[in-house]
Amino acid sequence: MISYILRRIAYAFPILVGVNIITFVLFFVVNTPDDMARMQLGMKRVDDAAISKWKEERGYDKPILWNTNARSVERITDTIFFQNSVKLFVFDFGRSDSGRDIGYDISQRMWPSLAITVPSLIIGLLAYITFGLTLAFFRGSYVDVSGVVLCVVMMSISSLFYIIGGQYLIGKFLHLVPISGYDTGLNAVKFIVLPVLVGLVGGIGASTRWYRTIFLEEMGKDYVRTAKAKGLSETRVLYQHVLMNGLIPILTGVVVILPSLFIGSLIVESFFAIPGLGSYTIDAISAQDFAIVRSMVFLGSVLYIIGLILTDISYTLVDPRVRLN
Amino acid sequence: MMPVIFITDGFIFLLVLMVSGYIFYARRHEHLSAPWRAVACRPLAMSAAIILILYIVIGLLDSFHFHAKLEATESSGEVYSTEVSSILDLMLEDLRNNTERTYSAPLATYAFSKEMLDLADGKQVRDYPRLKYGGAHLTDPESERIADIGKHVVVGLVCGLMISLLLSSLLVLFLAKGHELSFKQAALKLCRNEFVVAWTAIIITISLIITVACSIYNLAQHYHVFGTDKVGQDVLYQSIKSIRTGLVIGTLTTLVMLPFAIMMGLMAGYFRGWIDDVIQYLYTTLNSIPGVLLIAASILLLQVYIGNHADDFNSIEERADLRLLFLCIILGITSWTGLCRLLRAETLKLREIDYVQAAQAFGVSNLSIMLRHLLPNVMHIVMISIVIDFSGLVLAEAVLSYINIGVDPSTNSWGNMINGARLEMAREPIVWWSLAAAFIFMFVLVLAANLFSDAVRDAFDPRLRH
Amino acid sequence: MLPLLICCLLLCTGCDNSPWNNPYPNQDSAKNIYYDSFSERPKHLDPVSSYSANEYVFLGQIYEPPLQYHFLKRPYELVPLTATAMPEPEYFDNEGQSVAEDSDTAAIHRVKYTISIMPDILYQPHPAFAKNASGKYLYHDLNPEKLTNIHTLSDFKTVGTRRMLANDYVYQIKRMAHPRVHSPISGLMEKYILGLDEFADELAKIGNGDAGSNYIDLKDYKLPGARVINDTTFEITLKQKYPQFIYWLSMSFFAPMPWEADYFYSQNGMTEKNITLDWYPVGTGPFMLTENNPNRRMVLERNPNFRGEAFPSTGDEGDHLAGLLDDAGKKMPFIDRAIYSLEKESIPAWNKFLQGYYDTSGIVSDSFDQAVQFNTQGDAELTDEMREKGIRLLTAVTTSTYYMGFNMADDVIGGNSERARLLRRAISIAVDYEEYISIFANGRGEPAQGPIPPGIFGNLSGEAGINPYVYQWQGDKPVRRPIEEAKVLLAKAGYPDGRDKTNGKQLVLNLDTPAAGPGSKASFDWLRKQYAKLGINLVVRATDYNRFQEKIRKGTAQIFQWGWNADYPDPENFFFLLYGPNAKIDHNGENASNYKNTEFDELFNQMKTMSNSLERQDVINKMVEIVRRDAPWLWGFHPVGFSLHHAWYKNAKPNLMANNTLKYTRIEPRLRAEKRTAWNQPIWWPIALMLLLLIIVLLPAIVSYRRKETESIL
Repeated sequence: MISYILRRIAYAFPILVGVNIITFVLFFVVNTPDDMARMQLGMKRVDDAAISKWKEERGYDKPILWNTNARSVERITDTIFFQNSVKLFVFDFGRSDSGRDIGYDISQRMWPSLAITVPSLIIGLLAYITFGLTLAFFRGSYVDVSGVVLCVVMMSISSLFYIIGGQYLIGKFLHLVPISGYDTGLNAVKFIVLPVLVGLVGGIGASTRWYRTIFLEEMGKDYVRTAKAKGLSETRVLYQHVLMNGLIPILTGVVVILPSLFIGSLIVESFFAIPGLGSYTIDAISAQDFAIVRSMVFLGSVLYIIGLILTDISYTLVDPRVRLN
Repeated sequence: MMPVIFITDGFIFLLVLMVSGYIFYARRHEHLSAPWRAVACRPLAMSAAIILILYIVIGLLDSFHFHAKLEATESSGEVYSTEVSSILDLMLEDLRNNTERTYSAPLATYAFSKEMLDLADGKQVRDYPRLKYGGAHLTDPESERIADIGKHVVVGLVCGLMISLLLSSLLVLFLAKGHELSFKQAALKLCRNEFVVAWTAIIITISLIITVACSIYNLAQHYHVFGTDKVGQDVLYQSIKSIRTGLVIGTLTTLVMLPFAIMMGLMAGYFRGWIDDVIQYLYTTLNSIPGVLLIAASILLLQVYIGNHADDFNSIEERADLRLLFLCIILGITSWTGLCRLLRAETLKLREIDYVQAAQAFGVSNLSIMLRHLLPNVMHIVMISIVIDFSGLVLAEAVLSYINIGVDPSTNSWGNMINGARLEMAREPIVWWSLAAAFIFMFVLVLAANLFSDAVRDAFDPRLRH
Repeated sequence: MLPLLICCLLLCTGCDNSPWNNPYPNQDSAKNIYYDSFSERPKHLDPVSSYSANEYVFLGQIYEPPLQYHFLKRPYELVPLTATAMPEPEYFDNEGQSVAEDSDTAAIHRVKYTISIMPDILYQPHPAFAKNASGKYLYHDLNPEKLTNIHTLSDFKTVGTRRMLANDYVYQIKRMAHPRVHSPISGLMEKYILGLDEFADELAKIGNGDAGSNYIDLKDYKLPGARVINDTTFEITLKQKYPQFIYWLSMSFFAPMPWEADYFYSQNGMTEKNITLDWYPVGTGPFMLTENNPNRRMVLERNPNFRGEAFPSTGDEGDHLAGLLDDAGKKMPFIDRAIYSLEKESIPAWNKFLQGYYDTSGIVSDSFDQAVQFNTQGDAELTDEMREKGIRLLTAVTTSTYYMGFNMADDVIGGNSERARLLRRAISIAVDYEEYISIFANGRGEPAQGPIPPGIFGNLSGEAGINPYVYQWQGDKPVRRPIEEAKVLLAKAGYPDGRDKTNGKQLVLNLDTPAAGPGSKASFDWLRKQYAKLGINLVVRATDYNRFQEKIRKGTAQIFQWGWNADYPDPENFFFLLYGPNAKIDHNGENASNYKNTEFDELFNQMKTMSNSLERQDVINKMVEIVRRDAPWLWGFHPVGFSLHHAWYKNAKPNLMANNTLKYTRIEPRLRAEKRTAWNQPIWWPIALMLLLLIIVLLPAIVSYRRKETESIL
């Protein structure tokens, strides 16, 4: 087990190198250091001297990959690539193009993101499983048919409509929660309710339908028939067997997205002005602050890989037949 | 007219060609046509298919582009306009050209906001001005408008019903001939929904579409059915023009990524070993980069390219088209990995099966094993993934436009419409029609696609086929 | 699920009467706090590098340059802030002899401003000043180890203060030349301030100083152009006559900077912690920045060491009636705290304003109709809905201009040929800015007749002020010339019906623009419509901001849209945008359309140094005529700023030049709390209705479930 995990981590390394190279090439082809300087220095009265000053300060005046002017190891280390990309491997994110410490920003903005994603996930799971189980239980009846139709209808609506509609109805008309914003501590609750609710409603269609299929598949299996034949009541079969066994694929499916909860949701956060990592990324994209974008790409990749490893592990935990090799 | 073929047009034509080829091929092969026949028996799926076909026809009409010919001046020979139009533009010319000054509500005769008006006696008042086109034929809109709208709707409905009736009887004739029934028997059978193929659903859907289309067409002659936007353009026109964008994103993305996904998936599963490692590495790496960020970077890259080669593009349409294509490619790059993984897993299973082993033993070349034995047996996965991805991609376009990394801002697309409408929601009274129009058009397409894909999945997935 | 959420909500909001949607803690409702929003996080808060309006919102309240604009008087008038009196320039020739102000510009060799400042002004409490019992600075020997537990400035426990000295002003001027600081005006000031350019070279040579630290002790270096006379007096010497210089003295570039702060922030390890002068200002003004979290909110708090300036007791006519002098002579500032929350999206911000959670708001175009209507005279007034809420409206023509520039270096649209000039003039008539203003700005703008906005010297109103190439005077107002005239001009230029006379091809022009957010499509469509009136095909080349800048810089753009906000109320600040030696391609200046006209340039140099007089007006008229004829810009429009204030917001008067207006603001928190409660009562019935519906729909299912249950038991 442990050797497997170690191997997986070693395997992750070349992937991160690949990610790093791809992002580096993409962003530096797009944006020369001159562009970044201009972007950051603002609009009025910017001259060349100011730009070269800025580049020098940020280390963007160095050669990109190979420094011919330096000696020995510094030929590689004293370059833009090394300074900006390789350092990411030790989670040294450096400073953003606008001059802030990215690592500190990330550690601060992680919490609002989690405050939205974790309740969304938990409440969502509870709700979707309930709905899925209900539909599966009433299979074939009007509840099931109309429920599935409703699911398809809800799946066909763009998430943007849920956000716009939710903000308009609950925030503006009903005065139930603040329209947008965020606060720390317990005060955050009233800001979180709406985004969580919107996320919940937005996900109902796809998830409920999927869970229903899982439960139906489970219900068709032999042991359920056996249990029923033994005279167990419908309810007990449902809760004791179908639910428990259906949870396995559901939970292992959830494991893979656990790490990415840190990243938050791009759209929801920027609509509701939640100062999390999602809106951090969106802002960075629109401000073309590539130091941040690079860091977020890296972080996203790391979390994704962790998610993969966790999934594998969770498979072995729930199903002893699966061997890791 | 001087036709132009944009890159996406080219791909669309290629796609049409491929689909027709597939249909031709599938008709002759029972194992391919059987699932499709199963799909054809499902009423809901067939209704959805009819709606999809409607969208596709509109999208295709919008894909034949040309430069209109200009009147010759004394000094020149043949000169063409620099603007690019499509056949759809020609058909909707009235809608396109009848622009108001600014907002007007659906079916309105007066503008949405007050303006300074010069009265005949030289005085000025601030009031709602009459629209230039919306209800312009009425002398006293306040009293006549409702009746007039009603009249147009009823005429449209009647026309639509007549055409539907005609079509239905044609269908009955056709069915009667095919099933060797009398006309009356066939009609009865159709009414009772007793044909194996869901003809009843098909004809009902067609009739509905025709009736609605006739009414809207009739109304659109005199009114802006969905109102006008900020600069007075007809919202109905924009929504219809957006269809092509949605379809292109939904289909070309898959088309672009398909060869890679299939090739890589088969190779990884078939050869295993280092090839498998390399391909797995490739897709894990690509997959681990958050998609939105990859798209953002690539769109910026494209802008640099266009910026540096500004002279290669003579029209907005060309620039927008390249961006659309690029978006498809990038979306393809971020989405091929899922399919690739599925194919790899399936191939791993298949290669152990007797006939593949036998082919290998006979020394059949690897390439032909993959093409002749493996590929046909994974095609159902490909088919399912194409139809399922489609609706997701159409929805993704709207979200990407929100962060300004979607299609070009000058392209008509539902994403751009929604994006623009966000600000209109704050107006009082609220300007809801752009949002509503985009919502309806998008919703219908995605719903139809979802329903259709359900049926396709049920028909093709061997696990569900029992 | 919903009831669960609601319970959650109930628990945390408590059952008192306060509104549920209050984005602030309820206990703050009665406090004397000012609430506002900001949409973009400030990039620089270092007064020497900050140069944008969204940063001045904060900096203006913290830093105090020697001068300020009078809050109430119009036209804008400079008055002393920390200075004891308005500085008067003295002129000297090359022998050092004093000469009169009106003598020949060439004869003037040196200009000296002597500024004396008030004694006993204290800095805000700040750790940079903190000393221990023996008088040693507490935090002047920091290193990364000592900073381990420090993340924000407030983590430094001890603070101190000291008296502001004339040297602090001189120190700040020296910082303009600092190699590590990017002052956007250093290039400009090096042209004027004596010795600043050599000073910059000298500092550049010192380079990095000691390793790791970028602190240069500027006290050790002499700058001939800025000298300390004594603790309360310093003098600035200019190399040439520059009457506009006095305006710069009211901007934060010339605010005092204590060396302790500079040293404090430049210590090793501070930059890595984001603790820099760019993030944590140190000033003498009425407020200090206590929370700097650009991700969420910025908080200004009353500076306990503030000397207490008095509210002005004189104003314009009508100010008395409007109640603007009610607080005359009272000690400012009036509010204790100002909280600025981040609002990226305009709609939530607007709705929160309506709900009473922001005290003031601008009006986005899309919510305009809800707030403002025009009466029969065409004057803007509030809608009934707004009036019921007690909201008040203030309008002011801004001292800025939005124009569409032609790149004069372009072969088709630019150049000095008669053909191009006619083409540009035809377009000038065709692009109907009146319509633009009414569609996109809801009438909140004034079509521009030339580069100078109203309210700035040189702008003429009435018939004399119209641009005769585009407008004609009809009755009592300028009317745009008919499109037919534009078509005639276009034909004369060689493009009848927008098609090249020689080959019959349609004329294609390109508009370069940085791609913007939602709504940009509408304006692009509108622009295309305008050009299409002449048969010209306008291609909108949307690109990202960097690419756009690059195009402008290289001169490869053809047509572009741009704007300019006045730095100071002087026509020079607008004409220099068309001054040849400021051209973007050759000199990387601010003349984005690369316009060059020798006659204009000569007149500009003449006008620049004149004081406002009839002669100056004459020169300006000549210059305006030249640029109107050449039409390097479509003159566009000058936006009119509309702002809304709630009834509890007192002393509101738009002042487009002053940045330090927060100190004049007074809030009535009790009224605000009342209104907020009244406006934000939660509405429950739709939720209840939805739950009821859900139950009704599910009822048969539940019944059948019960039946099934009993069946299986049987």
